[in-house]
Amino acid sequence: MRAAVIVFPGSNCDRDMAVALKAAGADVDMVWHKDASLPDRIDLVAIPGGFSFGDYLRCGAIAAQSPICRAVVAHADRGGYVLGVCNGFQVLTETGLLPGALMRNANLKFICKNVDLKVETSESAFTEGYNAGDLVGYPIAHHDGNYTVDDATLSALQSEDRIAFTYGDNPNGSVADIAGVLSENRRVLGMMPHPERAVDAGHGGTDGQALFRGLVGQLAQA
Amino acid sequence: MKARVYVMLKNGVLDPQGEAVRHALGSLGFEGVNGVRQGKVIELDLADGTPEATINAMCEKLLANTVIESYRVEVL
Repeated sequence: MRAAVIVFPGSNCDRDMAVALKAAGADVDMVWHKDASLPDRIDLVAIPGGFSFGDYLRCGAIAAQSPICRAVVAHADRGGYVLGVCNGFQVLTETGLLPGALMRNANLKFICKNVDLKVETSESAFTEGYNAGDLVGYPIAHHDGNYTVDDATLSALQSEDRIAFTYGDNPNGSVADIAGVLSENRRVLGMMPHPERAVDAGHGGTDGQALFRGLVGQLAQA
Repeated sequence: MKARVYVMLKNGVLDPQGEAVRHALGSLGFEGVNGVRQGKVIELDLADGTPEATINAMCEKLLANTVIESYRVEVL
């Protein structure tokens, strides 16, 4: 299974993402944002956390217009898998691959702590390593994680079982406690919490391992 | 030519920053501030004759996130 981790100026979770994917058995290429194409035979594109382009204009807005993002959108349109974490989630909403937008946290604070999440669905390559209803602990570290979406789209997300994770104790004001959402074809996941920071016992928890192992296992078979 | 683009959160989208500014004005003793909405002003220096439709396309594609924001273009 081959994964590409996109690197923007200001990405700061790119190496953590690569470490987590490699630990789960993936071959990983780091891909610079100015590249106009992905390496051959990529199964998964991971867009990491950070502060791409200094969060200028809006978080993820400039990154979403970078040359590599056109290739990422084409990859997703072909049915490819994409994982966006934190700033990566913001980039995915800005490209339109995922619905909604991420606004300033309701309490206006940058929040950096471990949170409890509920896995809402195991029906995706990303979450098949969990059972729906499982409680997991991942770190969050963001200023703009307040997920908002119009009522009609929220109803669609709920009825189509596309909410992947919810917060136990909503830290940022997100509508319906949403921490992560799936695309219509369930192959694009965006989430604010950091599974890649929860894969090493030395870092305080390993609840994120099941996401990467499940994902790499599923895509290796495909 | 120059154009000015005003980007605001859409009505109905909660603006936590505007709300914080409203609180701060109240604590400074300014009474009767019933609401504050915070937005952005973007000034564009454009080639003469740039059609307004092109400026609107810039807003739709980049300057505003139309999921949560509305925009208004003023050609100066």
